[in-house]
Amino acid sequence: MLVANLKAELETEVWQSLDAVTDPELDEPVTDMGFIERIEVTDAKTVKIEFRLPTYWCSPNFAFLMAFGIRREVTSLPWVVEAEVRLNDHCFGEKVNEGVNSGRAYHDIFAEYCDGAKLDEVIGTFLAKAYDRRQETVLLGLQAQGQRPAGIVAMTLAELREVVFTGEEELRQLPRYMDLLAVQGLATDPDDLAFPTWEGQEIDARDLEEHLAKLRSTRINMEFNGALCRGLAKTRYKEVEIGPEGPMLIDFIAGRVPPREKAVATG
Amino acid sequence: MYKTKDGKEIFVLDGHTHFWDGSPENQSNVHGKQFIDCFYAYHTNLSPEEELWEKSKFEKYSEDDIYRDLFVDGPNDMAIIQTTVLRDFYKNGFGNLERANEMARRHPERFIVNGSFDPRDGEKALEYIHFMKETYDIQGVKMYTAEWNGDSKGWALNDPAAYKCFELCDKLGIRNIHVHKGPTIIPLSKDAFSVGDVDYAATDFQNLNWIVEHCGLPRLDDFCWIATQETNVYAGLAVAMPFIHSRPRYFGEVMAELLWWVGEDKILFGSDYAIWTPRWLVEKFMDYQIPDDISAERGGVQLTDEVKEKILGLNAAKLYDIDVGAKMAELAGAPVRIAAE
Repeated sequence: MLVANLKAELETEVWQSLDAVTDPELDEPVTDMGFIERIEVTDAKTVKIEFRLPTYWCSPNFAFLMAFGIRREVTSLPWVVEAEVRLNDHCFGEKVNEGVNSGRAYHDIFAEYCDGAKLDEVIGTFLAKAYDRRQETVLLGLQAQGQRPAGIVAMTLAELREVVFTGEEELRQLPRYMDLLAVQGLATDPDDLAFPTWEGQEIDARDLEEHLAKLRSTRINMEFNGALCRGLAKTRYKEVEIGPEGPMLIDFIAGRVPPREKAVATG
Repeated sequence: MYKTKDGKEIFVLDGHTHFWDGSPENQSNVHGKQFIDCFYAYHTNLSPEEELWEKSKFEKYSEDDIYRDLFVDGPNDMAIIQTTVLRDFYKNGFGNLERANEMARRHPERFIVNGSFDPRDGEKALEYIHFMKETYDIQGVKMYTAEWNGDSKGWALNDPAAYKCFELCDKLGIRNIHVHKGPTIIPLSKDAFSVGDVDYAATDFQNLNWIVEHCGLPRLDDFCWIATQETNVYAGLAVAMPFIHSRPRYFGEVMAELLWWVGEDKILFGSDYAIWTPRWLVEKFMDYQIPDDISAERGGVQLTDEVKEKILGLNAAKLYDIDVGAKMAELAGAPVRIAAE
């Protein structure tokens, strides 16, 4: 038996590790999206995580990726020896759960469901969108500070590091943008340009506006989907009762899905 | 018909409505239950509270309900019923062409009932297209690419079997292809909501009109690029519409994108009834303006009264060869009423 406060502490640690898992379509952490439903540390080395997507029909390949992402982050905690990941109420759930808990590599399992093909192409597509969205936030932030196109497109990584942002969204997205620049090898040296396109091309100052228009479309689509997903996640288990005050929404599995704040608060 | 504050009569042709039976009695399995549950989550998530329905009514509503909600309480002059069959999930189909036609027969002047087919049925799909044309004289079809069919968990518009069906549609004059991109599951290596196949099909079938429902959502950005390049690709507004209530700024951003990329002549209103009812959607839409800052970022596009009139009915009327003046005169002579009430 774990002492209650140690258990809570470890569970909070798990919560925090899951901030690194994103929904590939939305580029938002699964924790922020409210997808993580239950975390239980049974002894000081075993964790069980349950998650649930906004609908039964959410893209199964992304469900797979999130399940494996959860597993990867949780097992990277030094004290975790065993992790069980469970996706609830999903059209591909059984196969996802069987795969993610089998101990086999994700590519092997995945290949069974796509004639040997890999997911790389679709992952690349969505990583490009994530990059565009993060870049747009930083670019708009610089524009708002009065920076001119010529200065922005010529800015180096070292110079970008010196810029002080105050907006909430810029502060959130800047490290995520820099992270992708580094991981993708798009800008690694301090002298590298801070704003290459996803294809690694320099942006001409005259094309900056057009470039921003494209990024804007990507962002609007992602924000729209994010809003829809958050909403659906919230109402998925609610039904309407017509009461004396008119129709109202009742959560018919209230209590089954603990709000995240509660888990963090106990930590 | 919607009447503006200064008395102008606006023709409303609702491009996307359903007459479904998602009741437990009709469900074949858990997928059928999950399908209607998912629709219900859309309904509860995005409707104004006073417009919410109880689950049992949402699962199956009556002929009187649809008539009242669309034409008596609602502003629609006409509505297109889209048939989404889902035969692996529902015993008699979620949508059912015969059942929809039987309902529509009470008011043939107001309904257009679209058929559907599954290209994976091969020869049988071709026979069925002939049957639908001869029996119901269909002018359009609803294609749900995420439909399950045995081991297959989805298909693409540019599959060779689908091309055979579209060739026949072209030959028979079934010109309006409404495409709904749901999540196609296998192979997992592809984007489940990809709209790329619309590009191929629209290029290869120039005589057909490709109306992409939900304006390609959740791939609005990809859809806009495609629609810009293809003259025969249209955006259906179902699912985007209710954001006008819950997230008016997002709605403005989506409309600005569509007006900028796709254009005011190629956007079609759809309520997606019974997920949402058209009355509040149309009222809010007529009162809506894209916020100035959003409009400014997209060359000043705006939902003027002229643009709204096109979106609410005139654009769809063109696709379905409806003479709007004659139709409004005809409907004025046949006022809406429900016999039982």
